[in-house]
Amino acid sequence: MFYRATLREGSLQLTLEGDWLAGELGQIEASLYDLTLSSCSTIEIGTAPDLRLELSGAWLLYDFIERWRTQGISISYPQGVPPTLQLVTETLSANRSDFIEPEKNFRPVTAIGRNVVDQGRAVRAGLAFVGELLSRFTRGLFSPRHWRPTSIVRHVYDTGITAVPIVSLIAFLISVIIAYMGAQQLRQFGADIFVVDLVTVGVLRELGVLLTAIIVAGRSGSAFAAEIGAMKLNQEIDALDATGVQPIEVLILPRLIGLIIALPLLTVIADVVGVLGGALLCHLLLDMPLVQYFQRAEESIAAWTFWVGIIKAPVFAVLIAMAGTYRGLQVRGSSRELGRLTTVAVVQAIFLVILADALFAVLFMEIGI
Amino acid sequence: MRSDRSELGLNAEAPAVQATGVVNRFGAQIVHDGLDLTVNRGEIFGIVGGSGSGKSVLLNTILGLRRPQAGEVRIFGIDLNALNTAQLRIAKQLYGVTFQAGALFSSLTVLQNIQLPMLEHLKLSARALEELAMLKLKLVGLPVEAAHKYPAQLSGGMIKRAALARALALDPPLLMLDEPTSGLDPISAAAFDELLVGLQRELALTVIMITHDLDSIFRTCNRVGVIVERRLVADELAKIVDHPHPWVQAYFHGDRARRFGAIHGT
Repeated sequence: MFYRATLREGSLQLTLEGDWLAGELGQIEASLYDLTLSSCSTIEIGTAPDLRLELSGAWLLYDFIERWRTQGISISYPQGVPPTLQLVTETLSANRSDFIEPEKNFRPVTAIGRNVVDQGRAVRAGLAFVGELLSRFTRGLFSPRHWRPTSIVRHVYDTGITAVPIVSLIAFLISVIIAYMGAQQLRQFGADIFVVDLVTVGVLRELGVLLTAIIVAGRSGSAFAAEIGAMKLNQEIDALDATGVQPIEVLILPRLIGLIIALPLLTVIADVVGVLGGALLCHLLLDMPLVQYFQRAEESIAAWTFWVGIIKAPVFAVLIAMAGTYRGLQVRGSSRELGRLTTVAVVQAIFLVILADALFAVLFMEIGI
Repeated sequence: MRSDRSELGLNAEAPAVQATGVVNRFGAQIVHDGLDLTVNRGEIFGIVGGSGSGKSVLLNTILGLRRPQAGEVRIFGIDLNALNTAQLRIAKQLYGVTFQAGALFSSLTVLQNIQLPMLEHLKLSARALEELAMLKLKLVGLPVEAAHKYPAQLSGGMIKRAALARALALDPPLLMLDEPTSGLDPISAAAFDELLVGLQRELALTVIMITHDLDSIFRTCNRVGVIVERRLVADELAKIVDHPHPWVQAYFHGDRARRFGAIHGT
């Protein structure tokens, strides 16, 4: 199908024919293995008029010819060397087996060392970022010319206002879950009324702000990292820098300030919806009059309960914005990096938020509020 | 693959690319209005035109990435827009493309970039895959060290060559290049042109090349098509330079071209 072979006085005449195309390589290879070469010392390679010897086919032929040569068979071309075979031979014969393996050998000590150094560098780079951000922030604070109200407003809208529906829905559902679970347990003691304490204190102190921060970390932390990362890949950050505009000032600070404004506001909305959701469930499930719910709520909420929650929001906002923008700035080279660092940004933002929340809990306990 | 390709009804006589009456519109903006184009087998065909005249749109139309509002495009006698998905998959092996910025897959090494079309379309042993990709890499004049580099680590000239190697991965009879020498220094551009002409001759390729580079046109093209007033004016290089249209005159005989002539003595 791919050649005709005739054996004459120890010399094999191989006339190539048909389509030697990339898609046929497997079949051509199999049929070439069928050749019996035991009794021949030379192979004469000729071509039929209908031969279509494309590059991949020529490579396979070249591969076999090299093998035949090492078996001591001499090759000749009475009709001349086919041009594609000539091209392959010229390209490859200069340095046949110089294929460079990618470095694979694993040295544990080297790997540990490299990791330690990399981690150290990462910490230093992170600190440098925080430092630069802080110095720009304080410098910008005293020169209103560098405030970018339009940009800040855009980020308040993107991170805050567009998040209102999902934040409200989740706050509502969470308060319903708490009230429902609480009612089931407390009913056994006849202490139904304490469901109100559970919902209001739980939502205001902890859950309202924590869940809002986690949602915002997922929404906006990833958006920050992806936006800035794509700009980095597109050299837009370099372009800004070269224009004499500080990327930190125009890209990072507005996002940071925007989120510091948006997150506390979102938290207030989550608190309100959460408390109202609790009221609705108590009314429907426990047949508690709404007036009684709010009276009880007023008694259970101390002066600090609301503020203990809301005070954490700006801190969480700073952590989310910094994780997102910092990871975005680290993107270089490939689109896979963009995906990886966006993931890192979100995971890190959520982790930092929960860690900070734990520290706040200890702090508030120590100072007794 | 032979049986596959024959299913498409390839015409052995048809020109490599034939477009008739192509109309491309974006809203109210008409880019091509009854554009005709014939590219014969075995020639290097240059497409020139002002910025925004629709060169890349024309390329996308030929590639079948964009369906024109009217008219048809045939590659080796087949109309890509009339094929079903399975046929289209085979038909797209007929051409190799390089895009303006290279469009190498940034998360793959150069070698993996070249192997990707092979993995998708061919059944090859691991060794054949490796060696064939290395052959293509060497064919375009890339050093072997480049094989395991990522696109971000390559220079502009190397990216263009790697893109060419990927375009050649399936041994296509037709190559389409979008500004292959843009952004290269004149010496690298000349080397790329030389490589292209050599490959075209050795592999009997048909090449369509979009370019702004006068040097490149004179070094490589047999025929040139100029997009003026939403149509294509095509002729042999020696004749197209005398076309009366002002844009064509300005392009080939403007100050810039005269300086070129003075240096080259033409």
